[in-house]
Amino acid sequence: MMNIEDQDAKPVKDKANAFPDVCPTKRNQLDLATVKEQIEDTTGPQYWRSLEELAGSEEFQEMMHREFPKGASEWLDTFSRRGFLKTMGASLALAGLTGCTRMPDTEIVPYVKQPENLIPGRPKFYATAFSLGGYASPVLVESHMFRPTKIEGNPEHPASMGGTDVYAQASILDLYDPDRAQNITYLGDVRSWNALLSALHGPMGAAKAMAGGGVRILTQAVTSPTLAGQIKDYIQANPMAKWHVYEPINRDNVMEGAKLAFGEPMETRYDLSKADVIVSLDADFLYAGFPGSTRYTRDFAARRNPDANMNRLYVIESTPSSTGMKADHRIPMRAAEIEGVARSLASNGTTEGSANSGSAQAAIAAIAKDLQEHKGSSVVIAGDHQSAAVHALAHSLNESLGNVGKTVFYTDPVDANPVNRIESLTALVQDMQGGKVDMLLILGGNPAYDAPANLNFDSVLKSNTVALKLYLGSHRNETAELCQWHIPEAHYLESWSDARAYDGTVSIIQPLIEPLYGGRTAHEVMSVISGQSGITGRDIVQQYWQKQHTGGDFDAFWRKSLHDGWVEGTAYQSKGGGGRKVAVPSASQSAQSAQNGNFEINFRRDPAIYDGRFANNGWLQELPKPLTKLTWDNPIMIGPAMAERLKLNFKDVAELEFNGKKVKGAIWIQAGHPDQSITVFLGYGRTRAGRIGTGTGFDVYPMRTSQSPWFANGAQLRGTGEIYQLASTQGFQTMETHDGNSRPLVLERSLEEYKKEPNFAQEEEPKKHLTLYPGFDYSKETYSWGMAIDLNACVGCNNCIVACQSENNVAVVGKEQTLKGRHMHWLRVDAYYSGPRDNPKGFFQPVPCMQCENAPCELVCPVQATVHSSEGLNDMVYNRCVGTRYCSNNCPYKVRRFNFLLFQDWETPQFKLMRNPDVTIRSRGVMEKCTYCVQRISERRIDAEREDTIIKEGDLQTACQQSCPANAIVFGNLNDPNSQVNKWKAQPRNYSMLADLNTRPRTTYLAEVRNPNPELQETKAELTTSVENG
Amino acid sequence: MQIFPRSSNAVARGSLILVVLAVGGLLFALLELERTPYITKAGQRKDQPVPFSHKHHVTGLGIDCRYCHTSVEQSSFAGIPPTKTCINCHSQIWTNAAYLEPVRESYRTGKSLQWTRVNQLPNYVYFNHSIHINKGVGCNNCHGPVDQMPLMYQAASLQMEFCLDCHRNSERYLRPREQVFNMRYQQPSEGEPVVVNGQSYSDQESLGNALKKQYKVRSVQDITSCNTCHR
Repeated sequence: MMNIEDQDAKPVKDKANAFPDVCPTKRNQLDLATVKEQIEDTTGPQYWRSLEELAGSEEFQEMMHREFPKGASEWLDTFSRRGFLKTMGASLALAGLTGCTRMPDTEIVPYVKQPENLIPGRPKFYATAFSLGGYASPVLVESHMFRPTKIEGNPEHPASMGGTDVYAQASILDLYDPDRAQNITYLGDVRSWNALLSALHGPMGAAKAMAGGGVRILTQAVTSPTLAGQIKDYIQANPMAKWHVYEPINRDNVMEGAKLAFGEPMETRYDLSKADVIVSLDADFLYAGFPGSTRYTRDFAARRNPDANMNRLYVIESTPSSTGMKADHRIPMRAAEIEGVARSLASNGTTEGSANSGSAQAAIAAIAKDLQEHKGSSVVIAGDHQSAAVHALAHSLNESLGNVGKTVFYTDPVDANPVNRIESLTALVQDMQGGKVDMLLILGGNPAYDAPANLNFDSVLKSNTVALKLYLGSHRNETAELCQWHIPEAHYLESWSDARAYDGTVSIIQPLIEPLYGGRTAHEVMSVISGQSGITGRDIVQQYWQKQHTGGDFDAFWRKSLHDGWVEGTAYQSKGGGGRKVAVPSASQSAQSAQNGNFEINFRRDPAIYDGRFANNGWLQELPKPLTKLTWDNPIMIGPAMAERLKLNFKDVAELEFNGKKVKGAIWIQAGHPDQSITVFLGYGRTRAGRIGTGTGFDVYPMRTSQSPWFANGAQLRGTGEIYQLASTQGFQTMETHDGNSRPLVLERSLEEYKKEPNFAQEEEPKKHLTLYPGFDYSKETYSWGMAIDLNACVGCNNCIVACQSENNVAVVGKEQTLKGRHMHWLRVDAYYSGPRDNPKGFFQPVPCMQCENAPCELVCPVQATVHSSEGLNDMVYNRCVGTRYCSNNCPYKVRRFNFLLFQDWETPQFKLMRNPDVTIRSRGVMEKCTYCVQRISERRIDAEREDTIIKEGDLQTACQQSCPANAIVFGNLNDPNSQVNKWKAQPRNYSMLADLNTRPRTTYLAEVRNPNPELQETKAELTTSVENG
Repeated sequence: MQIFPRSSNAVARGSLILVVLAVGGLLFALLELERTPYITKAGQRKDQPVPFSHKHHVTGLGIDCRYCHTSVEQSSFAGIPPTKTCINCHSQIWTNAAYLEPVRESYRTGKSLQWTRVNQLPNYVYFNHSIHINKGVGCNNCHGPVDQMPLMYQAASLQMEFCLDCHRNSERYLRPREQVFNMRYQQPSEGEPVVVNGQSYSDQESLGNALKKQYKVRSVQDITSCNTCHR
């Protein structure tokens, strides 16, 4: 094992130099004591965006004063002012001539034989599925002349209902990634497919003679019935061969918990539409990566309507998550203590073990009581990283509450080979070390990077104990480097395959494009290994289903399955109702309380790049993470009280020591993080990810062992005195005024208060005549577009941001530019906190362009590049814009984005294929912003006019609305009295942001209503203090 | 000591005016230059792999526009015919013509013909054929007398003022939908009135206004909103 300290200390230090503080303001120590006072005195803002704001730090004050963060609009590069003026003078002199540019001749290339049913210029949609950790997300893919350009959810599929998650949305960028492996290589040299076949001939014959002895197949989680069938067939024919499965973000504990409770591995599925009370034991079930999260979000959000039967969510969690921020009651707690909570809940809230303080105990008793009052309509969800015991306890709780068969369902495991991932990999490593492996076939994944450190998988793979190593992977990554043969893996949009969704429903994965780089699928590789080369992926999948299909017309069945996106009748049936005997595990050793200077360490998948597999995806790297709004980096996350004690501040580089390994990373102080606990995020510090992902953040896999893959005690943290720039967008585009008269931008009441005063959000709008400009009567038009966003439904999943980026060709700018506040997202999701710093409530507010009727931006544009359309859209005309940025300066919502540099990649040919052809690619010096997806409006309007009708409700959705798993965004025609958007806007919770400015925004919000347990109201203040001291 | 005679004041004043005129003239020249066919490429016959004659196929043979430009009624893009469309006829007639060799070669090898685009709009302009056809804008309103073009050229400037002229005064150009593909269509006159729905119109303005109503052409304000063409 290499010395991690040396390995990691360097890049961090170098990068700190690579990104010098662009705005060398006075950096005052973040006064966390002030934070505490501010909250207690309620002198600070009621809703705050970051602890820095709360402390009233000078840095933050300065940021608020400025339109763009310091450095965004200044010329800070090494170009001198004089040099700049010279160049500008020359270009100004020539500017008049630019109008006279002749367009170059371009070619127009028709088909030789045009495919049937293809109408050039009109996109087509195909159903397929994206899978992550084996679980399929059914999607529809928009295809322009057979170039996939956009991912949408499959509205008819029960696992999607039209929503997607961030990973599925961003997967289109992976398809076109120019860094993907493009050739079959042997020891780094390019080889042909036939060379591979002949090289395999000998070893395959030898393996066959030994009945597969010495053959090991290592896959990621497999839910594909076809692939599982192929591997099982192979093992049947060669019984000495073995199939190992490894996923770094695995569900071992879930399966072990089921085994503990029921004696067999089982999949748990929830029906949140029927759940009145939801208790999450460290489960982030509303964020991508949790199987079924898209559907759960839909069901959860539908039950957040305060006018109907609103649900209540309790979250007991370690690392603050977006799910926790949506909770009506959130109890931050070290991960190890959660088992104690589960036990108390299982024994009706009675004291057992004294890990929790009295008031936390009271809260838990109240939760237990609430659960008892909602027998059959409650649900307890345990998080994937909680111990098997917690899962077993959750099963026992759901059973005793009578939830099984009502809100909780058990099915066969969706996974085709639900072995314990870590045990499976451990066995493989032992065999490799013991020289028992002659041929190792790694189908996907990146185990050399993400295997538990104590297995030393990478060094074992590197050594010569295995004679033949083949790796099928999309990139030439850490694992590919250590294998002799590397076969480029086809992207799912280039492949034939199949996969199961969280409920077991099989989706057939069909390709939308020929493999761009000659990639192969696992099916093709398996068929070669089985000695059946020459068979196509389509035939493999089709033949498998032909065997499965009973009854009539296979062709009709096949076509229907491809068209719909799933195979009918493949969902797993729930295994009976309740009444199952659930074994409750006896109490393990009670959680040791972490001692001072000896903290709990939590390993979590990264909200943006998951386990590291998306590290080379620019959209995900630049996606502000739900709570921290960090981009391009992972931090060492700690709570405010701990930061205060250790005298650590934001961006301080600290040294984390665990298991004898050391790593350096920048500190992020997260409000609501439990004390005495540290969270680090997996997936960063890649050494061979590609030009985007290599070298971002720091790698914590070397600390993660097979004994404690998720959390453990015994970590130490020390400040180093260095500073490392973290690019968080949290402080940018703040809408606060700097005079201290902050007005709440998110509005929130409890359900009780709402019932007493439903109109709490209503604010008297300024009179219409209070403007000097003549009004326009929009009511006479056919359409008048408007949007409403339900803050109650929004779970902060960030999906809309990526959907918008994909639909509107929004550029990626990189970390350095993000630090300057030059990121380009048209839609941002602001996170606000309120309440105590150690356990605040969180709020998410998506902010697109408000499309103000009295738009302040339009009045200041000297060239009329932003003007109103008769349908009430605030149009942005790129080709008129001269880049004065006055509009952005005058925008109270800070939703305009300026192309300070040429951010779009105009060169890479792959990206030309990816872009939405209906949206202009913006160049340097041009302002841009949300257009309400005007290209979609135009297209639908033209379609409707051709049929002599008008656009009907439901025919037109903006990209953010369409992808939203929570149905939190509604868009439509305000001149249609029956439109959904009008119904939302008629609700008492509807309010305009900054209404007093008389901008008359077309985008309005439905204020948030929380449903706290009345019994817990009074103990709450007490609770938080005790947790803080705990 | 006086170096310049008094009269030089007049010269100075005159030169001031001259400078203004020169700058103005230069600007005017630039603006006019922008409208010249050199810049707009209107009227230029570009090199094509096959000297395809619209005149021969449309006027000579009477082939409808939509035989080749199949998607013009359903899509933004009118469609360029695949080689197969050419071969439909040219597997029977002119099978050995030398200048059709690129077509035959394309069909043989499966490699597309590469035409040079004639009517070209900038990338930030989004034009939709189908809606114009639906509203009664004739092909030759923009494309000119295609039926008289032995070699294809761009007839109009296709600059924004060209588009706006029609978007502002569509009544001057609209024709009955069934006449859209008629390359010989004449606007109504006293002598040759146009009959729509049993009603006879003898001047374009009354016809245009009637069609505007009938085809529900949106108001001038609507169709001159920026997002009509720019997004």
